[in-house]
Amino acid sequence: MAAKNKKLDDVLVKVRGLSFSRGSRLIFDGIDLDIRRGKVTAIMGPSGTGKTTLLKLIGGQLRPDQGAIEVDGQNVHQLHRAALFELRKRMGMLFQSGALLTDINVFDNVAFPVREHSKLPEALVRDLVLMKLEAVGLRGARDLMPSELSGGMARRVALARAIVLDPMMVMYDEPFTGQDPISKGVLVELIHKLNTALGLTSVVVSHDVSETAAIADYIYVLSGGKVVGQGTPDELSRSDSAWVRQFMNAEADGPVPFHYPAEGYVDDLMGGGQD
Amino acid sequence: MLWLRRLGRSGLSFFERLGRAHLFLLAVIAGLPSLLFRGRLLLLQLYAVGVLSLLIILVSGLFVGMVLGLQGYNTLVDFGAEESLGVMVALSLVRELGPVVAAWLFAGRAGSALTAEIGLMKATEQLSGMEMMAVDPIKRVVVPRFVAGAIAMPLLAAIFSAVGVLGGYLVGVGLLGVDDGAFWSQVQNKVGFYDDVVNGIIKSVVFGVVITWIALFEGYDAVPTSEGVSRATTRTVVHASLAVLGLDFVLTALMFD
Repeated sequence: MAAKNKKLDDVLVKVRGLSFSRGSRLIFDGIDLDIRRGKVTAIMGPSGTGKTTLLKLIGGQLRPDQGAIEVDGQNVHQLHRAALFELRKRMGMLFQSGALLTDINVFDNVAFPVREHSKLPEALVRDLVLMKLEAVGLRGARDLMPSELSGGMARRVALARAIVLDPMMVMYDEPFTGQDPISKGVLVELIHKLNTALGLTSVVVSHDVSETAAIADYIYVLSGGKVVGQGTPDELSRSDSAWVRQFMNAEADGPVPFHYPAEGYVDDLMGGGQD
Repeated sequence: MLWLRRLGRSGLSFFERLGRAHLFLLAVIAGLPSLLFRGRLLLLQLYAVGVLSLLIILVSGLFVGMVLGLQGYNTLVDFGAEESLGVMVALSLVRELGPVVAAWLFAGRAGSALTAEIGLMKATEQLSGMEMMAVDPIKRVVVPRFVAGAIAMPLLAAIFSAVGVLGGYLVGVGLLGVDDGAFWSQVQNKVGFYDDVVNGIIKSVVFGVVITWIALFEGYDAVPTSEGVSRATTRTVVHASLAVLGLDFVLTALMFD
């Protein structure tokens, strides 16, 4: 019994029967997910499968049509605003764009959550911010404005900001998209290192297969509103699911069709544009 | 039937948006107490929406006053009433032109900037980022701008009117030879503090609140794309300008009947 409870407690984020639509488009159709404590869990899938939407649902920025999401035992969508904000203080999020505040410099961006949520003396805030910037290798860039940073640097600053309050989990939204190979390597290293050193739980949403597989302990593959595959990177690489194979091996055609649905090719050509 | 469906859809969409705008205003009003502990944010926004609008207000006020002086003199001189130029210029500015023209300039200068700023913050996920950092963007971003707009607008309108009267004086007395003493004594005798000045201030406070509300809501509700922000900015200037005219009629009817 004790072992069973321990196993339950291992799950930090529990998604059950989640359904979500945007207008008439069904994004999730009753999916179940478990994010385990202290692990790097990747949510992968083709563009437009709702990976970012899933993070917004976990963070309480969107409400599901059906189903429940529990974070650390709390049902996110039944919390009052104040309780939700308390929970969010323990959840860091790295946005795809970095989402840095553009009118303040790197130092103030990282200090922002600390100043908003604590009354720490400025000397302590300074030490805290410099420690986090050192962890992402950008202590020397503290006086730069966000417009002076490269895409990779902006994401590292955003990462420093996401961990400045020592959260229990960090959600990464497409951290590798649009990055050069060096920046990708830096981010892969950072996510792995921070997860281990700070004892975080990480949720990485990505469609970069090799980078994500290199750091993920467990991967969920989403497509068409369903979980079409799950397992460790090794298990997924040996999967016989056509969905998983197409995604992991970057095949152009398969269950996710190359062609957007359309009427017959010959009929379309012969029709002569008489729509 | 298609036109009927479209009409119904746009009507529903209009009322839905109106409802969102009022819920937004309620959230802003509920967040006002949070500003008590954030004086620095208010000062920064007073600078951005108030001080940075000063130049356009000063220049426009001066020229509007000068034109009023010129046109007023040409009309009044036919009746031998050119000594009344001061009161004509002052009443026109304090009652109507000061609040209304300053409000238009405020909508064009500060209102559009507020919409673009908030809209771009939304498009670049800065507002979402704040929410995920457990920081309420209404309290942190919107409320200081709202209060700054409501404070800055009447001050700018007062400056506009004062500079306008000075412009009328420069043209009337300095250029066209109206008697200096007559100009000021008529202003002193005929411009009432409560009936004219206070009513003008009330108008400009109302305009300031409405323009800032429209500007902030348009930014907050903007479609988060470059085209969406561009449309929202245009809507701010158009809606705010029309709202100022409509409200001016209502307030004038209530104040000066």
